[in-house]
Amino acid sequence: MDELDRRIVNALQGGFPVVERPYAAAAASLGIDEAVLIARLEHLLADGTLSRFGPMFDAERLGGSFCLCAMKVPADRFDAVAAIVNALPAVAHNYERAHALNMWFVLATQRPEEIDQAVARIEEATGLTVHAMPKEAEYFIGLKLVA
Amino acid sequence: MSATVVIDDLDRRLVRAMQAGLPLAPRPYHAVAEALGVAPGEVMARVKSLLAHGAIRRIGAVPNHYALGYRANGMTVWDVDDDAVDAAGGAVGALDFVTHCYRRPRRPPLWPYNLFAMVHGKDRAEVEDKAGRIALLLGGAARGRDILYSTRILKKTGLRLAG
Repeated sequence: MDELDRRIVNALQGGFPVVERPYAAAAASLGIDEAVLIARLEHLLADGTLSRFGPMFDAERLGGSFCLCAMKVPADRFDAVAAIVNALPAVAHNYERAHALNMWFVLATQRPEEIDQAVARIEEATGLTVHAMPKEAEYFIGLKLVA
Repeated sequence: MSATVVIDDLDRRLVRAMQAGLPLAPRPYHAVAEALGVAPGEVMARVKSLLAHGAIRRIGAVPNHYALGYRANGMTVWDVDDDAVDAAGGAVGALDFVTHCYRRPRRPPLWPYNLFAMVHGKDRAEVEDKAGRIALLLGGAARGRDILYSTRILKKTGLRLAG
């Protein structure tokens, strides 16, 4: 990644225009050609510096339901419980974390009631308590990861 | 909780068409329009509307944290007075190194924390330094704190959209 790549990553984390030739407009504000910007973005995506380029959707506003959940899983049952939890399609991701509550997963479903159903199924299948921690408020993020 | 935006079938097709990303072509919205068989002006109008309603948070580059050298991520969690938590959340979310910031219910006695802020750093020392900056910002409003590091990814799937 060279200086221009850094400038592109830092400048284009939001605000990409919705116009006929947006790459040309974004390139002009960086003082480079449209073709150079497109080629750089292709490269940054290909080498994994960027995981995506495009719109970031708020799936919740598009009608999905989400809930962060945590469980306290005994060490000797951890892998078996992970297999049970991961087998549910509603589980979008699941992390082991260093805490008494050592398993943290996100449920993502189309309808709100499916969250409760998934929690009940996991509790029934594991015999463990699922601590559901739904988002109550989301605070504005001035997101910029500096490259 | 954020309000659901009412979307129609064309919006859903549009979301699906752009889920992997915007085409890297000089006229990307035209390319999407062509794939969907609709007018380019319609695609741009709908993208602007989805942006205005918050269904699209932003359009641009999504960096891979790990590739940028952010090897450590810590879920910093705080027990903040209920009266102070929304003001505190607004201030913490505005910090440039916080990538997610939420209020969630406490689950005592195991879990006394109601404010969650995800912090990325080059290593754990940097995450801890940044958590220290959050602690300064919260001052006496925070009664307790912790940092949870992920030690293993057990499952990770892409975003799936309703409809």
